[in-house]
Amino acid sequence: MSTRTIEVGLRTPTVDPSGAVRLEPLGVQLPPHTPVQDDLGGEHMLVNIGPQHPATHGVLRLVVELDGETVVRVVPHIGYLHSGFEKLGEYRFYNQIIPLTDRTDYLSPMANNVCLALAAEKLMGIEITERCTVLRVIACEISRIISHLVWLGTTGIDLGAFTPFLWLFQQRERLYDLQEAWTGARLTTSLTRVGGLMADIPDGFEAGLLDFCRTFPKTLDEVDSMFTRNAIWCGRTQGVGVISGPDAINYSLSGPMLRASGVDYDVRKDRPYLGYETYDFDVPVGEHGDIYDRYRVRLEEMYQSNRILVQALDRLARLKGAPINVSDPRVILPPKHRAMSDMEAMIFHFKQVMEGVKAPVGEAYFGVENPKGELGYYFVSDGTAKPVRWRIRPPSFINLACLPKLCEGVLLSDVIAINASIDIVMGEIDR
Amino acid sequence: MSGADDGPVSPSVAGLRARFAGAVRRAVVSCGDTVVYLEPTRAHEVLAWLRDDPSQQFDYLMDITAVEYRDEERPLEVVWQLRSLSRRQDLRLKTELAKDAPLEVDSVYDLWKGADWLEREVFDMFGITFRGHPDLRRILMWETYGEGFPLRKSFPLRGHFNRAEQTRQALAANPEAHYSLEELSIAAAYAELPPEMAQRLARGQRGEVA
Repeated sequence: MSTRTIEVGLRTPTVDPSGAVRLEPLGVQLPPHTPVQDDLGGEHMLVNIGPQHPATHGVLRLVVELDGETVVRVVPHIGYLHSGFEKLGEYRFYNQIIPLTDRTDYLSPMANNVCLALAAEKLMGIEITERCTVLRVIACEISRIISHLVWLGTTGIDLGAFTPFLWLFQQRERLYDLQEAWTGARLTTSLTRVGGLMADIPDGFEAGLLDFCRTFPKTLDEVDSMFTRNAIWCGRTQGVGVISGPDAINYSLSGPMLRASGVDYDVRKDRPYLGYETYDFDVPVGEHGDIYDRYRVRLEEMYQSNRILVQALDRLARLKGAPINVSDPRVILPPKHRAMSDMEAMIFHFKQVMEGVKAPVGEAYFGVENPKGELGYYFVSDGTAKPVRWRIRPPSFINLACLPKLCEGVLLSDVIAINASIDIVMGEIDR
Repeated sequence: MSGADDGPVSPSVAGLRARFAGAVRRAVVSCGDTVVYLEPTRAHEVLAWLRDDPSQQFDYLMDITAVEYRDEERPLEVVWQLRSLSRRQDLRLKTELAKDAPLEVDSVYDLWKGADWLEREVFDMFGITFRGHPDLRRILMWETYGEGFPLRKSFPLRGHFNRAEQTRQALAANPEAHYSLEELSIAAAYAELPPEMAQRLARGQRGEVA
């Protein structure tokens, strides 16, 4: 196992007055932005941004109180995409909830599917097969890369860099092709089932993914060379939107937002699931808690996800032909040809479709490390086939709640950068 | 299939019982997670101790939510999911609120800033009031939403009003109503509102079924 964390602090070569080369930290000693003291001496202005605005990443509406160009206060208004998923879940069998999870965080549907299946399996006490575990790891890490690619591309556009967006979306398209070949859908994947998966990977998937893993880091390197030492990028992101480690914990932040503030916490390492403790990967942890560190953490996470994918593919090759579903006819539908020809299989099929899978009385919370942060599903069961309560712990909802704190005293243009750095997806926030 | 009601009880329960004998009603284990039921009036005190005591260090508030059971007799539950980042431990705390009394519990906003939106959401969806929350407004539904609390079991899946009435209300809404009173006061627009609307906004019109 390699090191637990890696440094993301950067040094850049420069020369001191005597001409000797030395390494200087990049811009981190910038003084914190001091708000201009009532420069216009006039009344505060109220500016409404959104809900239909490209820089709010969905239907988020921000009401900003301005003193000149300095932000006094930001009030986010959400709920424009509220669909009542939690309520709908109470009227559905556990497997029928999986399509709802596609539509929450729609940038990482496969990871949501996996979390839901894991939560339901924890509630029912089901142990999944080894091949299924590896395939679910692959699904989670593909989702992480897709989500981070979208984040990096759109954040670049928000700050005026268009080219990396195209490079990144080209790579994202390759993953979407693989996802489509596996699940039949680009967005509404509904990949998992309680106790297994909807389908095994198709022919050529492993070769395609391996080809992606080999060539993808090259694009990341290009984006790295485009952004990481770019004066405009550093100027717009370093020292902006800072939140300290203790504050990040107090605001319940999770995922890259928490780790960029120097808190070394990743669910995959600290409450391992799907055998993540057996994979060799590092957790990048930032230092300054600003936008720049969030960028560095997410960029490094993509390299690490790539490492995990290569290891998972290696394991998958050794599990060729192994079952993906548990062999419990009360949970997993029998194959169609058996349901049509065998009496017993038909009864199991009928009972599952008509009555659903009953969960024992109890409750279970299962949290996974999603691209946006810790996604948790909390089921309460009264012994019937439909949950009494299905709670989503939405990482971007909780991360967005600290936006007013991050925007205190910044300039109006920084609000866009800070909002982008949180990596929100409104489908999950409004649910 | 088994799995419910197994596993060891979290060691924090013994500490809680020793420190708050009267405040802990019972502790159960479900699917390996410990659930501690608290006296509603003392929940805040217990949560503060769990956060600050060196033997507990539950510094991270994962989630606040509520549960209503299909059995109408059963009380509503408010759920706090705590985590200790340093000790890598989880603890779930609950308190039961009888439906015939006002649904109120103390806010933990003073302990964790992250409770802000979570408590607003529970208020919005279940109608539970968090005493001491600085800004307890609806969050997912709009301020003048009049159909009640969507996640309560008494709320039908399709809502209280039919689609025509919902559309009528949506079209009749004054866009000014989508700003909070505070925002309007900044824009000095509050004074210019029609008196009827100013009164309506001041009353809040929070979730009363018309």
